[in-house]
Amino acid sequence: MATATYPIQVTYCGICSLPPEYCEFGGTTKKCEEWLEEKLPDMHSKLYSQEVLEQNMSALSVDAQKRAEKDSQKKAARAEAASAKLAETRATSKVLIKRIERNKRKYVTAVQGLEAFGLDIKKVAKDFGKKFATGSSVTKVPGGGEEITVQGDLSDDIFDYVVENYKDVPEDNLECIEDKKKKKADG
Amino acid sequence: MFKKDITPGAKSKVKSSVQRTIRSKVLEQYPLLEPYIEDILPKKEQLDLVKLPDRIALYALGTTPLFFQHMDDPLLPHLTLIHRYPRCFPTLRIDRGAIRFVLSGATLMTPGLTSPGGRLPNDPNDAEGRYGKKELEAGEVVVIEAEGKEHACMVGVLKVGTEEMKRVKKGQACEAGHYLGDGLWSLSLG
Ligand SMILES: [Zn+2]
Repeated sequence: MATATYPIQVTYCGICSLPPEYCEFGGTTKKCEEWLEEKLPDMHSKLYSQEVLEQNMSALSVDAQKRAEKDSQKKAARAEAASAKLAETRATSKVLIKRIERNKRKYVTAVQGLEAFGLDIKKVAKDFGKKFATGSSVTKVPGGGEEITVQGDLSDDIFDYVVENYKDVPEDNLECIEDKKKKKADG
Repeated sequence: MFKKDITPGAKSKVKSSVQRTIRSKVLEQYPLLEPYIEDILPKKEQLDLVKLPDRIALYALGTTPLFFQHMDDPLLPHLTLIHRYPRCFPTLRIDRGAIRFVLSGATLMTPGLTSPGGRLPNDPNDAEGRYGKKELEAGEVVVIEAEGKEHACMVGVLKVGTEEMKRVKKGQACEAGHYLGDGLWSLSLG
């Protein structure tokens, strides 16, 4: 037992990120169990065996069990509400791909709103830079949120790339717009 | 410390002289890590410092968080590091009933450790000696394991010594430093 080789490889739950033996304390226990059953059936049968479940129960008084039960129901309700809210913000969030004229015939493309879809903006900016072999940077926009600025007129390419590579962003939520210089817009 | 989600601040490279100091501090605090220190903190690899809110510094190797520290307080190991090297830190065990409180960020209370499911050093129920023979003092960093679980669920700083806990059997035992599912756990360094 003491001769275990370090480092120990630990598996974490793909749903709640904790070691699977702790999934029972989160608000997503059901989903966690399904995930484990599918990905790691051996561990699943170990953790969710009748014997283990009974042992877990017997470690607590009836009173404590009731309180724990209530607590986990509350947690589950909270987790559900949070995921419903997330789904809603995703459904209503827009991603704007804006073509901006910097100088005559020099354009940059600004992309806003990707963070609502759980994307890591810095990583996406890097991906853009690599994919289009161009400068790509992240700036904060007033009023919260972040914006990726890519050098060049790439609106259509970015539109296609986002649809193709970030499946969490529905095509309908993407919009390409043009931000002409004031002078030009007037004329 | 990390009850809320946190956004990491600026990341900077740690100077090699500072990196050496951290390495020796880690060994001083956790001598049992000695055989693995070259795997954990390789001399030749660049250690990063990520600033977190409330004057907490997180030391990381690439995307792997290793230790965090509030100002000049002791270095605390990240739970993923503890999971990889579990027997290298002073460790106590809580009973099953206390787990859900710990995982919601509550201060750990003494009865969770002194009850039949809990374990302290020199515990008569601990035939294997997993929880050691050395009583721990207030202010020491401890890893908290849980009854019926293999992996640790929390790391924190003791508010009272273990001998006093056995005597008094009530009150706060250990401040919630870092626990499974907290803001530090969920932080992505990608
Ligand atoms: Zn889980």
